[in-house]
Amino acid sequence: MDWTDDGIVLSARRHGESSAIVHLLTAAHGRHAGLVRGGSGKRARGIYQPGNQVRAVWRARLSEHLGSYTCELATSRAAALLNEPARLAALSAACSMAELALPEREAHVPVYLGFIALLDALEEDTWPEVYVRWELGLLTELGYGLELDKCAATGRNDQLAWVSPKSGRAVSLSAGEPYRDRMLALPAFLTDGTEAGPGEIAAGLKLTGHFLNDHLFRPFGREMPAARQRLADRFANLSTGKTGFGATTA
Amino acid sequence: MADDIENLIQLLAKLPGLGPRSARRAALHLIKRRESLMEPLAKAMTDAAGSIRLCSTCGNVDTRDPCAICTDPRRDPAVLCVVEEVADLWALERTASFKGRYHVLGGTLSALDGVGPDDLRVGQLVSRARADDVTEIILANNATVDGQTTAHYITDQLAGTGVTVSALAHGVPVGGELDYLDDGTLMAALRARRAV
Repeated sequence: MDWTDDGIVLSARRHGESSAIVHLLTAAHGRHAGLVRGGSGKRARGIYQPGNQVRAVWRARLSEHLGSYTCELATSRAAALLNEPARLAALSAACSMAELALPEREAHVPVYLGFIALLDALEEDTWPEVYVRWELGLLTELGYGLELDKCAATGRNDQLAWVSPKSGRAVSLSAGEPYRDRMLALPAFLTDGTEAGPGEIAAGLKLTGHFLNDHLFRPFGREMPAARQRLADRFANLSTGKTGFGATTA
Repeated sequence: MADDIENLIQLLAKLPGLGPRSARRAALHLIKRRESLMEPLAKAMTDAAGSIRLCSTCGNVDTRDPCAICTDPRRDPAVLCVVEEVADLWALERTASFKGRYHVLGGTLSALDGVGPDDLRVGQLVSRARADDVTEIILANNATVDGQTTAHYITDQLAGTGVTVSALAHGVPVGGELDYLDDGTLMAALRARRAV
């Protein structure tokens, strides 16, 4: 059996001398692995860089087999970001999040389309907001969406400032004040669409990171990907006046 | 087939570029040239296995520690070139155009493979940058997402050491024809254009 689909390269692990096991996030087939013969050779290695968009043909004798891919590069995304530390960190974070959080062979079209939007946004200045929104979309698509449109306590939608770390619902400034030590900050750009600074992006990443970890990683004994942690550290450092990756380890 | 020969074929088949079939041919070739090739090869491998060690300064492989490059007085100790693997160091040495010293990281940061900064020799690099009379560090990481992520991480770690950090250029290779180059390389070359 075989199919053809558009996909985004999430990872390529060397297999044998010149082949690679490539994970793609495809439009209609979800996160799907396949063997690429010659995929880690010097000619093809450039195609299978995380973030690149490809037109993929997957073939296998039976559907449950690993199968093999033949891919043609559609849009080279990684090359344009190699000299952009923060954007490259976001690309790595998104690829590792999609690889580790999404179930295999299950179509999640909104996540795929959101990923394409994120790749487009990485060429613009608004990419940090888009990245946080993509993670919110990932949570929603996997059944753990946050309710950020009205206060869980009052039902009103003005002055939303917090998110309950348990329910994932927004809480207004006054209703959440007594519990502020336990609440997660809700950055304004997620409710009113205003431009976000490094501090607000750091708060957004902390917010999505809490729920991603709570629902998709910790219950399975896994840790958040290091690339995602480095991205969060980068914005946390920027918001406190430091620069760079900070002291994050693996 | 005798056990020793079978064992030889199985071990040869583990070498890069050799499968079981080519390993049999290589074994037969060695057996035919026992005195002129097989025995000197076996001795060379035994000698190398006994004497090769990692340089505690740069991570290069050599028969002495510190390695020949680190102890060569003709090399400029003020310039360090950071490479991912020893193979990259050998590639740069083949060019005979770099006269500084090296630092071998031992890989790249890789979230999916669980390789973090502690698994690489980043800490030793920062120590060298602080302790030695280093004025420039050239990052010669591969032009891959993992390679460049590692390069950016190192750049941030070196902030505050006072050394100049530079990186290899990306672009059109010598002999490369634009029509045959991949989009990514062309894009990188266009972005890194320079005045002539």
